Amino acid sequence: MAVVAYIEINDGIIKKGSLEAASFAAKLAQEKGIKAVAVVVGKGGDTSILGKYGIAEALHYNVEDTQINSLSVAQILHAEAQSLGATDTVFSGSWIAKAAAASLAVHAQMGIVTEVTELPKNGTILKKAFSNKAFVKVELQNPKNCYVISANSFGLHENQVNISVQEKNYSTSSVLSHVSFNKDTSKVSLTDAELVVSAGRGLKAPENWHLVEELAKVLGAGTACSKPVSDAGWRPHHEHVGQTGISISPNLYIAIGISGAIQHLAGVSSSKNIVAINSDPEAPFFKAADYGIVGDAFDILPKLTEALRKAKA
Amino acid sequence: MKILVCISSVPDTTTKISFVNDNKEFNSAGVQFIINPYDEFGLTKALKIKEQLGGTVTVIHVGPASNEPIIRKALAIGADSAVRIDGEAVDGLMVAHEIANYVKNNPFDLIFTGRESIDYNGGIMPHALSAILNIPAVSPCVGLEISGSEAHLETFVDGGKEKLKTALPVIVGSQKGLVEESDLIIPNMRGIMLSRTKPLEVFTVQNSVNNQKVAQYELPPAKKACKMIDAGNVEELVSLLQNEAKVI
Repeated sequence: MAVVAYIEINDGIIKKGSLEAASFAAKLAQEKGIKAVAVVVGKGGDTSILGKYGIAEALHYNVEDTQINSLSVAQILHAEAQSLGATDTVFSGSWIAKAAAASLAVHAQMGIVTEVTELPKNGTILKKAFSNKAFVKVELQNPKNCYVISANSFGLHENQVNISVQEKNYSTSSVLSHVSFNKDTSKVSLTDAELVVSAGRGLKAPENWHLVEELAKVLGAGTACSKPVSDAGWRPHHEHVGQTGISISPNLYIAIGISGAIQHLAGVSSSKNIVAINSDPEAPFFKAADYGIVGDAFDILPKLTEALRKAKA
Repeated sequence: MKILVCISSVPDTTTKISFVNDNKEFNSAGVQFIINPYDEFGLTKALKIKEQLGGTVTVIHVGPASNEPIIRKALAIGADSAVRIDGEAVDGLMVAHEIANYVKNNPFDLIFTGRESIDYNGGIMPHALSAILNIPAVSPCVGLEISGSEAHLETFVDGGKEKLKTALPVIVGSQKGLVEESDLIIPNMRGIMLSRTKPLEVFTVQNSVNNQKVAQYELPPAKKACKMIDAGNVEELVSLLQNEAKVI
């Protein structure tokens, strides 16, 4: 018997969401008195880092990025979950992880709970609902379950152990074939970002975005935008945060020129700290923020960037 | 081209969420229910493909009779026929099993779902359906072209996008990008009139899986009052972020 964590390697790096899954699995295994095993899929990467989060055993499938998709990962996980006798399987909230979790739940007849924020307790587990507007405690109906963690809600828990890594082979038979990638790995991925700088229509035009990017660069932050900005084509769709975009929970979210409509707040309200900068003192965002500045973004942003540069120097 | 579009009924995006019955039930009083916005992108794409290649568009919904207004809306937008599985949609896994039961007897070339529903946000339905039916799923899907019996699809990967291809049938987890917001169709009077006479078949729910049960809802803790900082004193914000919030 084992608690299994699915760990992704993208471009040679184990992402934060996967480390969170490792932490969750290690803690759950400890409570159950069984072992935690990481099933790692991806090329290269320093798998031994998982030992820092309480994982003593890892199986590494050295699979090329072009071979990784929802179907191939699901095949690997299903086979390993069976041979390890997985009682619980833990996933990050990434798209591939969700796909693999759903597929495993079907094939291994396990239960599945998504948007999980805490370890299960006495047959119940807490999860987010209504796009971050609420939580719901659910009673698990299946003795074996897949848990998909809501990003940055469980957190990383260090507990260094010795780790043994076994290299495994996988030959693909997926009916989904890779055609091409269009990636920019120089930027901070939004769901993994600890800090996010986001702007809305208050910035007036796409050519003003350099102000946001400069601030983000000084902070090492990801950049995001509101729905109207993405709808207008000022910024790409994948930067749209909110109820119908992506949901994020960074440690710091800076909202510039975003009024704070309920749909936008749904996607960002679980951020640990929120700063709102808006020229309208009545903007609803000030009710959801921890820190607020009323004023002109074009005046404040360069000053803030400069002040942060000095503070970080 | 036989196309199926799975639609879910969700509270409108502006809904203020609250609960009743000792926080055991969602308070639906005064709440406007809509077609899940992600599903609507799928429906719109389905109609575009039908326009190009011919065929039929069927919508399917798991829910009680009281949800029929959203089914009629999908028909008014342009779907040809509808199927309702009569039962409460418990979760993504249950809905996938119910829809799979229908598809096993009524095969389709293309199946659209939303990438997730905006009420429970699981995002697992398209992939669970994929696993049950042994049909590949691409979700979220931000680009789709059909050429002959092949589908060319675009999805998000870490740091960007990936193009994939597969033979039909395929399951598509829809979102903006598949079509644009401006492509969405507002039903006209003719569409609304027609929707009343379009076929709507009702099947009994099978309830073959038992995954989770709601015990209790809770609202997030209330926010403390926002600390206002003078626009001329950004240094104070920097200092608060460093020393109080300790995030930079």
